[in-house]
Amino acid sequence: MDATQSLRYFGPELVLTAAIMAVLALDLGLTARGIERSRWPGIVALAGAAAAIGSAVRLLRVPAREWLFGRMLVFDGFSVYFKVLLGLALLAAVWMSLGSREVRGQPNEGEYFTLLLSSGLAMLLMAAAANLLMAYLSLEFASLTSYVLTGFLRHNRRSAEAALKYLIYGGVASGAMIYGMSWIFGLTGSMDYAGIAAGIAQLDDPSRGAFFLALVLVLAGFGYKVASVPFHMWAPDVYTGAPIPVTAFLAVGSKAAGFAMLLRFFHFGVGAAGPVGAVTRVPLLQLGTLLCAATMTLGNLAALSQQNMKRLLAYSSIAHAGYALLGFVVFADAGVQAVLFYLTVYYIMNLGAFWVVMLIANATGHEDLPSYRGLAWRGGALPALALAIFLFSLAGLPPLAGFVGKFYVFGAGVERGLIALVVVGVLNSVVSLYYYVRVVKTMFLDEPRAEDAPVHFALNDLAAVGLLSAATLVLGIRFDWLLARVETARRIFAG
Amino acid sequence: MGHNVLSLMIFIPLAGMVVILCLPSRAHGVIRWMGVAATVPPLLMSVWLLEHFDPQTTAPQFVQRFAWIPAYHINYFVGIDGISITMVVLTALLCFLCMFASFGIEKAVKGYFALFLLLETGMIGTFVALDFFLFFVFWELMLLPMYFLIGVWGGPRREYAAIKFFLYTLFGSVLMLVAILYFYFAADPHSFDMTQLGALLAKKIPLDVQVLLWVALFIGFAIKIPAFPFHTWLPDAHVEAPTAISVILAGILLKMGTYGILRINYGILPAATLAPFWGGHSVAFWLLAALGTLNIVYGAVCAMAQEDLKKLVAYSSISHMGYVMLGMAAFTPQGINGAVLQMFNHGTITAMLFLLVGVIYDRAHHRQISGFGGLASIVPVYTGVTGFAFFAAMGLPGLSAFISEALVLLGAWQQYPGLTIVAASAVILTAGYLLWALQRMYLGQPNEKYLGLAEINGRELFTLVPLAAIVLFLGIYPTPILNLQSPALLRLNEQVQQAAAPPPPDSIAAR
Repeated sequence: MDATQSLRYFGPELVLTAAIMAVLALDLGLTARGIERSRWPGIVALAGAAAAIGSAVRLLRVPAREWLFGRMLVFDGFSVYFKVLLGLALLAAVWMSLGSREVRGQPNEGEYFTLLLSSGLAMLLMAAAANLLMAYLSLEFASLTSYVLTGFLRHNRRSAEAALKYLIYGGVASGAMIYGMSWIFGLTGSMDYAGIAAGIAQLDDPSRGAFFLALVLVLAGFGYKVASVPFHMWAPDVYTGAPIPVTAFLAVGSKAAGFAMLLRFFHFGVGAAGPVGAVTRVPLLQLGTLLCAATMTLGNLAALSQQNMKRLLAYSSIAHAGYALLGFVVFADAGVQAVLFYLTVYYIMNLGAFWVVMLIANATGHEDLPSYRGLAWRGGALPALALAIFLFSLAGLPPLAGFVGKFYVFGAGVERGLIALVVVGVLNSVVSLYYYVRVVKTMFLDEPRAEDAPVHFALNDLAAVGLLSAATLVLGIRFDWLLARVETARRIFAG
Repeated sequence: MGHNVLSLMIFIPLAGMVVILCLPSRAHGVIRWMGVAATVPPLLMSVWLLEHFDPQTTAPQFVQRFAWIPAYHINYFVGIDGISITMVVLTALLCFLCMFASFGIEKAVKGYFALFLLLETGMIGTFVALDFFLFFVFWELMLLPMYFLIGVWGGPRREYAAIKFFLYTLFGSVLMLVAILYFYFAADPHSFDMTQLGALLAKKIPLDVQVLLWVALFIGFAIKIPAFPFHTWLPDAHVEAPTAISVILAGILLKMGTYGILRINYGILPAATLAPFWGGHSVAFWLLAALGTLNIVYGAVCAMAQEDLKKLVAYSSISHMGYVMLGMAAFTPQGINGAVLQMFNHGTITAMLFLLVGVIYDRAHHRQISGFGGLASIVPVYTGVTGFAFFAAMGLPGLSAFISEALVLLGAWQQYPGLTIVAASAVILTAGYLLWALQRMYLGQPNEKYLGLAEINGRELFTLVPLAAIVLFLGIYPTPILNLQSPALLRLNEQVQQAAAPPPPDSIAAR
């Protein structure tokens, strides 16, 4: 499909681009008039994100599968599903930023929102990329904006350190990735995923070995984006250093975009003719199993002793990447659906947890666990309750959404016969319960001490958190509609 | 009311919880009575159930079923049969009585009663759920309120006890989750229906895998019972929990372990139950009969060494649950009937014991057995009720535990005479620790510190008398309850034995 025809399926991206321009122009105008602080860039960004979601939701009803812009991007149910999810992540990040003391205290809010929206745009492109070149460019686009956002707190040393670490790890990972991509191009003679799939079928045995090495290199890039072991080292520092809205956006948005690329590449590129068919000759299943088990286990074990809430949630998000990887390792449609379902549920509960962390940081100025002591008994009962709901959901206890997500992922694993991996997964959720409950214990079971000041939360700050915790509860009981959605998304995927 | 009575029993406490959450948190009196009010309908309904339950039908009754998540074949499916009816009645009764026992709670009253009602929803739901997914949801639903009830309102080491309980139980239940998923995908058509899974899976899973699944499920349930060596959470949790919660823990939650084995291990994996395991004996012999006997002796020996009265009662629970395991492993009509009757009887008797410990703790603020003495002359009524409960726990003829323990021993003797001798001898240990405690606390010279100790009050008596009446009644005339449960249990017994029957000789040769 040529460029003009493609534009019909490019709504969300166009809307976001327009919003980026608008925020930029507004910022210039404000600077020219000497106005340092204004709420308008944030509000325009919020409207832009909402409009992008609206546009993506409209596309949900289009049951087509099209190649866009000369086979650079694809339009299908899978990409639109991710566009809605990423749009929601962006909307939440902007909304959070509007209420974040860290962000509002900085000059150049206009720049911040421009970068945030750009990062969102890059992630939308990641979800739709079906060509090695486009995949690499969109991934780099997302990474570069993320580096700057991470270092946005200019006078905060942790923030600067985090940005530098992120940059270095990101550079290494993307270098490995593009090297792997060059091998793939050399072996199959094609850049777009359909061509790669066709090329693999003609590979002889030695080339398959080389192809496996290339896949491992590419996996480094994806693994870095989803924060899976052994490419996870940046995550704890970056999550701790970045402003909380950025952390939340990286945790739910960047990870989802990484999974979108990972699934599309392996499910669609490597094996359009049935993913397993192409990979059975190479030990990809074993490699995936190893990565998945290591990611879950390391994330959970490292989270056990964390005292900083952002760092704790960072390790927990590594562990959750591991659970989602289990759906990937299944290498079947059921697995893809499980990952989509899991990422959606993860979006709700993890975002909610970060949101509460931000509210508490706004109120107390601290992010460390001791400042949560007795929170429920000194004015913070509602946020404490919401955080408890999110954390129990992350631990996977029914009747909360997190349980259903894990149930679905583990179910896909059992169906495929990966019993050992599923057992590792369920034992990991027992381990994870310990550190989630530690936070709940601090908030509810510990008595506040004299030095713990009472805190106050305005009810309208709690609106979004209330919405998310209600969603966590409802989705734990009524999830059939979401199952139907992910099934549609997966079905329109390969066509 | 017939078809949705069980759902009402499950969800009325939940509705009560919502109402309590909407009440102002200072209105302690209103909240307490609201808590009581929410437990009355389930109690009345359980009486109604007793009246309308048809014991001769072994299929589940009062069934309610509709599709919940069709894409995954998950149904909302509840019903009761002879295995669960006594447990449902016990749950409704103990929750009602424990509401009164909770009137002494002063800290965060609203939260306490709301969580308590949520707990009741989870407990009743667990006993009536017949869809495996639903069962699991209710099973886990109990953990959250229990964690907070122990952790916020418990004794000095409450945090440790609460997290230990939480982690132990979750560890057991995640193994169950893997088994549930395995069943689901192995069954054709895929199903979570606990009443159908046994038939759907009969020939689908190789026997050694079945044994593996049996053991995985067993670990989950054994933690709940608790069977040695998974019992270590129990003394901590029971001792630290507030009185009413100890009653619920010992009276109801422990029964879920044995109930789960009967319903799921026996019902879905009958062939594995009597499959050879080790040393020429079956799975049931090693994991139920032998471990059960060990529980009886170990619990009693530990109880004897306790200085803390509540800990003594906690260990006595471990000992008494051993009889349930021994009885259900025998696969004789007396054994299995005695086991399920013992579940009910232990529920009432241990509830009395914990309530009585709570009474003395509320007054003296400690529970050291050696710290008292001669209470009989100070608080005669309290001593009388305690004596009654202690004798009931001992298995004195004429009181309910005698019947169930005798049935268990009678049933087990036909299968495992050696173990039965050990288990029967342990009755001496039981009498030993109970009488010794009785002597040290209630007889002898009165401790001067407690000369002014207040006598048991009307509210406390109100929680104890119904239980005592049941213990006495079932001790003399256990037939009504045996009639209720017996047909379903005998059928289960038969199913397991049929599944384990050796295949005809030619099929062995073909292998």
